[in-house]
Amino acid sequence: MHVPDGFINAPVSLATGVVAAGAVAVSLRGARRELDERTAPLAGLVAAFIFAVQMLNFPVAAGTSGHLLGGALAAILVGPYTGVLCVSVVLLMQGVLFADGGLTALGVNITVMAVVTTVVAYAVFRGLVKVLPKKRRSITVSAFVAAVLSVPAAAAAFTLVYAVGGTTDVPIGQVLTAMVGVHVLIGIGEAAITALTVGAVIAVRPDLVYGARGLTAPLKLRVNGELVDAPAAEPVPAAARSTRKVWLAGLATSLVLAGFVSFYASANPDGLEKVAADKGIDAKTEEHATADSPLADYGIEGLTNARISGGLAGVIGVGVTVVAGTGVFWAVRRRRTSETCPASVRDASDVAENV
Amino acid sequence: MGAGHAHKLYRHGHSPVHALPPHTKLTAVFAFVIVVVSTPREAMWAFALYALLLAAVAYAARVPAGFLLKRLLIEVPFVAFAVLMPFVAQGERVDVLGLSLSVNGLWGAWNVLAKGTLGVGASVLLASTTELRELLLGLQRLKLPPLLVQIASFMIRYGDVIADEMRRMRIARESRGFEARGVRHWGVLAKSAGALFIRSYERGERVHLAMVSRGYAGSMPVIDEVTASRAQWSYALALPSAALLVCLLGWTL
Repeated sequence: MHVPDGFINAPVSLATGVVAAGAVAVSLRGARRELDERTAPLAGLVAAFIFAVQMLNFPVAAGTSGHLLGGALAAILVGPYTGVLCVSVVLLMQGVLFADGGLTALGVNITVMAVVTTVVAYAVFRGLVKVLPKKRRSITVSAFVAAVLSVPAAAAAFTLVYAVGGTTDVPIGQVLTAMVGVHVLIGIGEAAITALTVGAVIAVRPDLVYGARGLTAPLKLRVNGELVDAPAAEPVPAAARSTRKVWLAGLATSLVLAGFVSFYASANPDGLEKVAADKGIDAKTEEHATADSPLADYGIEGLTNARISGGLAGVIGVGVTVVAGTGVFWAVRRRRTSETCPASVRDASDVAENV
Repeated sequence: MGAGHAHKLYRHGHSPVHALPPHTKLTAVFAFVIVVVSTPREAMWAFALYALLLAAVAYAARVPAGFLLKRLLIEVPFVAFAVLMPFVAQGERVDVLGLSLSVNGLWGAWNVLAKGTLGVGASVLLASTTELRELLLGLQRLKLPPLLVQIASFMIRYGDVIADEMRRMRIARESRGFEARGVRHWGVLAKSAGALFIRSYERGERVHLAMVSRGYAGSMPVIDEVTASRAQWSYALALPSAALLVCLLGWTL
């Protein structure tokens, strides 16, 4: 499962390294918010648990056996932030100590196995828990589905990384079929074990399962022989948070992706264009109305260097999108504030007092 | 407690490589692996030179070849994958022993095998000449976030404890006549895994309380700052510099 050195080329390894570092930084903040100063011992012990449980062999049949990967389990038991953190630490230590997975492939490994698995599993799990009735059974069912989907999702993410920066020219369709096919099977085993394990923990300590936090029945008080809902605790008003940092980080990421990484994207037309070309569908399509615009086909006219031209086109594209998007956003918000002006002013003053 | 307190990955010794400060060694290994990965795969001789460089380091560290080769076995799974590559890759094909193989796939297989093996060799040398605690100090020195280093150190410290707990659970199951034979027994194993999680989490809570009662307030005190002299840095960086030279030759020749 672990990607070795030399499998993915250097620029893409670097790019995924940046992605992985960003994800770990975000989850460090998230985990600290959830666990405050208990983060280090608790996350450390959960990481040790993931590390140990990966050694637990589950016999399948006739001498073959599988083991847990743990991304989905971690996400459901301790939450997405701590989950990403624990699996990343396990991968880091496996890379540095056990030489399992290359050091330059650390970014790929963390992105694919820690971030994608955990985030996909948790998103699916959360969505299902919202939809299904509030019962224990629905937690285990959602855990099963989340784990089933998380493993092929990681395989697909790996294929994507491979398509951008693979060092061997294996047809991507074939890689995708093989990877996802094998990992659907692995995913079913992973899902069964994850659901059973989550079920076992829920039976004993439901309070420890992060994903089952909404399950507790609301507190009731017996007043004069009648059950009444306990008054809800005063909701803490959320502090007004500046979105500027998020906005800047997003902008920087898209600029890097568009300007630098896009050069390493496949030079082949994308899947749809390829199918179109193969089947002759595009024979009759007319040139797009903007085909002779200066940015047509993601390149800039008059620049011969493909790298600079493509990169610049990407950067300009991001810039135009951001300006257009911000413009629309501003227009909508201005209209809305003018409609509900008095209320929003009062809200704002409330927040200001509370802060 | 009769055994030594070092991890079994570590090989005790007093060689010059053992004596180097951990962060210089970490930097050297990372730089070496990056250089190896960015070498063109057609320069086969370059990889032979890299292997010689690693062998020289192993000799200086007095790590026997058998020990090194045994630890290299960890790469077996991806060797299997590399062997498949010549069969599935595209491009012009060549006949070897009656099999039609892809030239590009052969190069790809060689690329992964050579670079992967060198990477594993470098990591193995690092782990066998540096104590775990030192490695963590080195990572901290290299400006890894302190919280991440703390989590990693708890994982390392309690990894063996938790694994032993799992082993005791297995012995308890087996001594009661349980033997996992197939899918039907997953329930029992999963219950063990669940119990293991609860035990680990509760141990984490106890560890935290023990730390708080000793004055922990969110960060570990740094007692021993690791430092490296210029001579030690240049000694450690000799490996990646030599590799870089080979790499540049590989690109120009």
